[in-house]
Amino acid sequence: MAEQSSVVGKSYPPFEYEVGREKIREYAHAVGEENPVHFDPQAARDAGLRAVAAPPMFAVVYSSGAVAPAMFDPDVGMNFAMMVHGGQEFAWSDLVYAGDTITTTASVLDISKREDKTFYVFETVSVNQEGQEVVRGTWTNIERGG
Amino acid sequence: MNEGDQIPELRVTPDKYLPHRYAGASGDFNPIHIDGEFASQVGLPSTILHGLYTMALVARANTAAAGGDPRALRRLAVQFRGMGLPEKEIVVRGTVREASGEHALVDTEAEQEGNRIVRNAEAELTLD
Repeated sequence: MAEQSSVVGKSYPPFEYEVGREKIREYAHAVGEENPVHFDPQAARDAGLRAVAAPPMFAVVYSSGAVAPAMFDPDVGMNFAMMVHGGQEFAWSDLVYAGDTITTTASVLDISKREDKTFYVFETVSVNQEGQEVVRGTWTNIERGG
Repeated sequence: MNEGDQIPELRVTPDKYLPHRYAGASGDFNPIHIDGEFASQVGLPSTILHGLYTMALVARANTAAAGGDPRALRRLAVQFRGMGLPEKEIVVRGTVREASGEHALVDTEAEQEGNRIVRNAEAELTLD
């Protein structure tokens, strides 16, 4: 973990994800979402939505492909054997719909040491095909021992 | 929604195969979630739940409290502590910390058999 401070601010290539209606269904079933706007196009339109909408936490599905290369970057140097997912934040600005193409860019936001722990914080910013930001994620991993 | 109100509790008991379904849905196939033998080799009592699955339950409880519209959840920040296990009930509880007009902040946690697996969660909601 030498030179880690120099990696703060590093960003990674954008990751593009095309949102499928059946992937939304699969995700919504797995987490127990029951609102028909996640399954039924007519119910979505009746609710004033332009298509079947993803549950907010579907953000994990389209942004993990962007954040994984950052977490595995040897310049960052996380030790996965000693790592736990310590915290997560999402700030949503728009819903994501079936048929959307979401482009997510990840960067290293901060690396800090407190006692025997090292905190690795990554940020993802996701935009839809109109260029509208849909969500901003903050991913905190904690490595013990450092 | 008023300051000090409790949001309706969400109680969910994930079945034995839930981590497999969540792995498929999310793309996170870390073996600690889906391989009992691997999990016991690394000292875990069984496969464990994905933290982001438990976070999704916290999101559900808050969205439901705001009336069910997925647009209502504006922000959710959580801390993961301990680990969630399949086949044991999870209870999500929340207290409204701030409510003014269309805006509310809810302090939330997810607990399983007395173990608070999601702590200090803060949800920002837009109300109808």
